[in-house]
Amino acid sequence: MKKLVYLDNNATCMTSPSVRDAMMPYFNEFYGNPSSMHIFGEPAAKALKKAREQVAALLNAKPSEIIFTSCGSESNNHALRGFLESYPKKNHIISTVVEHPAVLQTLKFLEKNKGCTLTLLPVDQNGNISLEKLKEAVTTNTGLITIMSANNETGVIYPIREIAEFAAEKGILFHTDAVQAVGKIPIDLQKTPVSMLSLSGHKLHTPKGIGALYIREGVKIHPFIIGGHQESGRRAGTENIPYIVALGQACQEAGQELKDGSLQKISALRNKLEQALVKQISNTKINGNVPNRLPNTTNLAFEFVEGEAILLKLSELGIAGSTGSACASGSLDPSHVLTAMKLPYSFIHGSLRLSLSKFTTEEEIDYAIEHIPSVIQSLREMSPFYTLPK
Amino acid sequence: MWDYTDEVMEHFKNPRNVGKMPDANGIGEVGSLACGDALTLYLKINPETEIIEKATFQTFGCASAIASSSILTEMLPGMTLSEAQKITNDDIVKQLGGLPAQKIHCSVMGQEALEAAIANYRGETVATEDSPVICTCFNVTEKKIREQIREHGLTTLEEVTDYTKAGGACGQCKEKIAKILADETGNKNTEATEGNEMDEQLTPFQRMKQISDFIEQAIAPALQADGGDIEVVDIKNNDVYVKFKGACSGCPNMFITLKVFVEKQLQDYISPELRVFEASRR
Repeated sequence: MKKLVYLDNNATCMTSPSVRDAMMPYFNEFYGNPSSMHIFGEPAAKALKKAREQVAALLNAKPSEIIFTSCGSESNNHALRGFLESYPKKNHIISTVVEHPAVLQTLKFLEKNKGCTLTLLPVDQNGNISLEKLKEAVTTNTGLITIMSANNETGVIYPIREIAEFAAEKGILFHTDAVQAVGKIPIDLQKTPVSMLSLSGHKLHTPKGIGALYIREGVKIHPFIIGGHQESGRRAGTENIPYIVALGQACQEAGQELKDGSLQKISALRNKLEQALVKQISNTKINGNVPNRLPNTTNLAFEFVEGEAILLKLSELGIAGSTGSACASGSLDPSHVLTAMKLPYSFIHGSLRLSLSKFTTEEEIDYAIEHIPSVIQSLREMSPFYTLPK
Repeated sequence: MWDYTDEVMEHFKNPRNVGKMPDANGIGEVGSLACGDALTLYLKINPETEIIEKATFQTFGCASAIASSSILTEMLPGMTLSEAQKITNDDIVKQLGGLPAQKIHCSVMGQEALEAAIANYRGETVATEDSPVICTCFNVTEKKIREQIREHGLTTLEEVTDYTKAGGACGQCKEKIAKILADETGNKNTEATEGNEMDEQLTPFQRMKQISDFIEQAIAPALQADGGDIEVVDIKNNDVYVKFKGACSGCPNMFITLKVFVEKQLQDYISPELRVFEASRR
């Protein structure tokens, strides 16, 4: 029987029903502008305050350190462009080759147009960076380090605490794109001295179109959107109250799930899926540092087959995933993350990312385990590179 | 999501004539694992009548590559070789009800495999060696780029990439493609503007990457074939510092390799100002 199995939660998630319920009253009932001095403004202002506290609580930050934005990409743009605007002389930035395009392309734009210099750290075959190389890359001009908390394609987790402590010691600002990490691994900003952190709502089961940027108290970053007093003058534009409420609710739920064992359940399902596929399908490899990954992500490579064909065949069966293959992207370029890990092309083109959420059930995983091997086999039988086992 | 026609999806979901053909007498292989798509076409040709009796395929690639191969094997049976030779990638695209622009190269692959299979039947080899490789990522020759420009009246870089894949990955060869395009279309202005634009677009990082990638992909394999190897140690402005390894280190001809081979290649392909030095001599 055909089912619908959504295993592309690193791309976006379903809005959780409880989050939807929390935000609904702010469309037709409490639709005031939180800046307004009247009976319609007051509930909106209260909701804004509460949501800010909920987001701050998940990160163990102060509410005043949270700015609401429209998405993770805006948060990243705000942090990086705002940094250079504020510290034009400290214009050497260190990052990695595996960042999300929202960071990587912003950095390349700044390098080309705003005169900053860049050092992009390489990764090894497991997608890890070297702290030694980071330390060696620092110059007297280094003003910012920006390294993601966890990689969207492989789920590999980066040593944010060590990097933050090193940066703090050197007096360098440290921004982390934590869009994939927030809610999936514990983040305590009292213990981890990062200067800025980007997060996105829709990876936490809010609707698309809401994000936040944490800026540590005392760190001065030029606003990205100007023209209003909102967010204490740090981000102009009338606040998107329903979605902000959604983000607050989602952060509160994520905080509970970090404590109640939900993530262990997700990782157990991920491991079951991954191990079954590796066992049943020959010439299969897990991409990324296996022991140190987000609990919900697996990136597999099936040799001799091409990713877009895998995705479309899986889609026929109702299973949703993602690939690093060149053919599935708008360009002909294969995944920059897997390429940086120097995986052989045969593995990059045949890569499949499956990412789970708290709504993924064991039944769905069993369905995926039942069907993925035959999809790979049917494509391999068509492939000139695959020799059928005798 | 790509906007695939029903015909493409039908051939992708239910591909016709898949598999090796043990009694094939014309086999054409194109593409490679590295390129992300490859096709082997098998033909059974009646030697008396030169009519194609049967066609099968094996394809590694995306849905449009599989669909292009599949439909081609349906078009061929019953055709004489001279009729089959007239099939172009446009015919394949037409049969499929269209392909997204970025996927046209899949149909080109079908046409090439057909040419290769017919040549194989006739005991000929398809001559491509005489033409320099322009796009090293996808191994696309100047000849192929020129052919596609002429055949389809291509006028922009994007179109050349759509039809040949050339320039679609690292983008290093875009300047060379622009020159070929200008040469073919007789528009010298294109050459000047496109060329300059490309130069300006390269940031110091991109330029360094261009040089190190070129050494890694185009020069190192040649040395590796002789048991040696080369590694880029540093790049400062136009000075490239390299280290020889394996059989190359200590080779009495090393200086010649360095200046005559490595430096010459870099000057020819990247920029005439480049100078190459051995790292330890800094």
